[in-house]
Amino acid sequence: MKHLAFAAGIFGATAAFGQAPELTVYTYDSFVAEWGPGPQVEAAFEEECGCDLKLVGVEDGAALLARVRLEGEHTNADVVLGLDNNLTAAAGETGLFVPHGVTADLDLPVAWDDPVFLPYDWGWFAFVHDKTFDAPTSLKALADSDATILIQDPRSSTPGLGLLMWVRAAYGDDAPAIWEGLADNIVTVTKGWSEAYGLFLEGEADMVLSYTTSPAYHLIAEADDSKTTAVFDEGHYLQIEVAAKLATTDQPELADAFLRFMISDRFQAIIPTTNWMYPAVMPEGGLPDGFDTLAKLGKSLLLTSEEAAALRDQALAEWRAALSH
Amino acid sequence: MARRAQPLTAAPGIGAAGFLAALILGTLATVAWRAEAGVGLTVADWAALRFTVVQAGLSALLSVGLAVFVARALARLRFAGRRALIALLGVPFILPVIVAVLGLLQVFGRGGWISDLLGLWGLPPVRIYGLHGVVLAHVFLNLPLATRLILQGWQEVPAERFRLAAQLRFGPWAMFRLIEAPMLRQVVPGALAVVFAICLSSFAVALTLGGGPRATTIELAIYQSFRFEFNLGRAALLSGMQIALTATAAMVALRLARGTGFDGGMDRPLQRWDGRSATARAIDAAWIGLAAAFLILPLAAIATSGLAHLPGLPQLVWRAAAVSLAVAGVSMVLSLMIALPMAGAVALGRHGLIEVAGMLGLAASPLVIGTGLFILLRPFADPAAMALPVTALVNAVMALPFALRILVPRAREVVERHGRLALSLGMGRWAFLRLVFLPAMRAQISFAAGLAMALSMGDLGVIALFAGAETATLPLEIYRLMGAYRMDAAAGGALLLLVLSVGCFWVLDRGGRWHAEA
Repeated sequence: MKHLAFAAGIFGATAAFGQAPELTVYTYDSFVAEWGPGPQVEAAFEEECGCDLKLVGVEDGAALLARVRLEGEHTNADVVLGLDNNLTAAAGETGLFVPHGVTADLDLPVAWDDPVFLPYDWGWFAFVHDKTFDAPTSLKALADSDATILIQDPRSSTPGLGLLMWVRAAYGDDAPAIWEGLADNIVTVTKGWSEAYGLFLEGEADMVLSYTTSPAYHLIAEADDSKTTAVFDEGHYLQIEVAAKLATTDQPELADAFLRFMISDRFQAIIPTTNWMYPAVMPEGGLPDGFDTLAKLGKSLLLTSEEAAALRDQALAEWRAALSH
Repeated sequence: MARRAQPLTAAPGIGAAGFLAALILGTLATVAWRAEAGVGLTVADWAALRFTVVQAGLSALLSVGLAVFVARALARLRFAGRRALIALLGVPFILPVIVAVLGLLQVFGRGGWISDLLGLWGLPPVRIYGLHGVVLAHVFLNLPLATRLILQGWQEVPAERFRLAAQLRFGPWAMFRLIEAPMLRQVVPGALAVVFAICLSSFAVALTLGGGPRATTIELAIYQSFRFEFNLGRAALLSGMQIALTATAAMVALRLARGTGFDGGMDRPLQRWDGRSATARAIDAAWIGLAAAFLILPLAAIATSGLAHLPGLPQLVWRAAAVSLAVAGVSMVLSLMIALPMAGAVALGRHGLIEVAGMLGLAASPLVIGTGLFILLRPFADPAAMALPVTALVNAVMALPFALRILVPRAREVVERHGRLALSLGMGRWAFLRLVFLPAMRAQISFAAGLAMALSMGDLGVIALFAGAETATLPLEIYRLMGAYRMDAAAGGALLLLVLSVGCFWVLDRGGRWHAEA
């Protein structure tokens, strides 16, 4: 009967092993990439929580929301990290998310009091290009120019949706005309940010839709100061990236602990040089060297989450119509 | 009228056909019920419809247009390796689309061989994304099929005609007008329709090489409204459009792709006296060389770049390969479990319902069935958990028309040849099945099994709709690696997928023929 005891022993051991609670966080691909925040965040949180943090790279923010809606109450996710201010109203309406109950002193350029969606970083959208390229100085000038650009699909990606709202915020009902003008500049529309940025680095276009903070990556991580961003006269649209707890989570306390950890100094200090965004709470050491070289912007544009949600369908229809010729 | 005694029973076949019809029509009905009629079609939906038709039309014209010349050259010119080349033309049929796309990117992409060559003369690199990329990939995938279809037309011209033409000293023009043109008039419309119908439901090519609203097929639009927006109503509406389109095209293709009508010759070995001048031979050789280079270079690109990265492949890729093998195995078994009884029933003379069900399989689109199944099953189960079973089932259905085409003729022959003897011996149905029917069908069964498994291995369709973050088949994993710009790992994965697909086919097909009577 020895083998039976042996087998029982093994099963017992695996059961004990499996008792460390698991927290599943759905996020976007670039968050879990080797060079992204994922690996450091996982190590740091697991030190504190005595749990197993599973970061699952799903897709870019907008498709991330669709994914959670698709899985509905069957979802394994406890926390979703990577939605943004343009999506929170739509995400809130699904009833899939519950308030976080975390109080925080946030360093955002705007007031934030959403009880469900908690910010972890922010930035301005901008077109990144090589310093040698003579970039247009406004959205309008870009539309009129023959500069080639790479953008993301607003249905799947938060930068893509951000550009949609950027053009709307700057031009209101004239937005379709701008899109008509931009249509011939667009080399391709990618599903997510990673694809577009990868294509840009391969030299597929003059500019790529990203953030004013992106050149910091090249400067700090690669000691390459050849990249910069185009500053546009209309102002730049703001993105605030958020996370939220799912109502169906089986680990509510762990999820709360993760959200608290997310705005702690430890997590926030990881953000600038891995997610290449501004931290939502300024870490003790301040911003790393190199961030001072980034574009200083005169004017921020922002629609409220409700405005963005109300405009989305119409803006999307206009976008698809303008680009499908 | 009393029913004739039969060595087999048609009931399982009718059951299988009923299951198939219920699956396809049931998902269709679900989709129709869920479609938001009030929404109507937007400008972008019309653009997707237009793009779908335009790219399929261009792909068909180009594939068949080029195939006419390649097939003519192959029909006239005899050279060492001709047989091998014609056999190679069969490979793209089981070549996973994602592998083809990666290979084409390495040859025609911005950082690819052609662009490097152009760069030597200071010319700008070529762009592969958009309409021309989609058409290029479709021509790559369908030129071989079109060439085979047309080559068959050439080979069915009786040898006597060529002999007579040579005796009458036909010049190239007379040869074309009196022999080639009538043959082409019969073969080309069918080939055009077949390639057009195949390209209509293109998903993986448009997913990887299309870009934005300008290059979106309807299948891709279904995927986008599902995965990007989770708008089931719109997905259903688009599905309706897709079905109307593919069903029409499939009907036209079936009508046009009938056999040619040359009166029979005496089956003497074909010998050609035309096309012997040095110029004609040089032109033929050039066509064959170009076509071979176009087909072989992307495969060679995958082989060379993939080989270097095969040892260092991430664990994820190996896991996805194991998942793919399992899915393809199940899919192959399912496909045979449906196709074999159906073939048996057809052999017994019960065509009606069975052929209608088989036809449905041709017109059905994987994404539409996937969407319908999703709507039906979602209340009961976790979509991510359904991903693999649904993929196996849908892939089995997609392989069915091919499996039936392979199995039916032989099944008929076996029943006709051995049926009466078996009855007179008082052989039971089970004994006939076990001792006569299945052993005699071994070669065909394993051919169909190999095909079903290879097609399922390489499929990137319905899995993209359902897959959760942690389940992926190998083609989907490769697609994800491409998206994350890990091209090295993607190339290694593509080579692995290529080897697995072709390997599955080869092992099953060969295994079946081992010691087989025919």
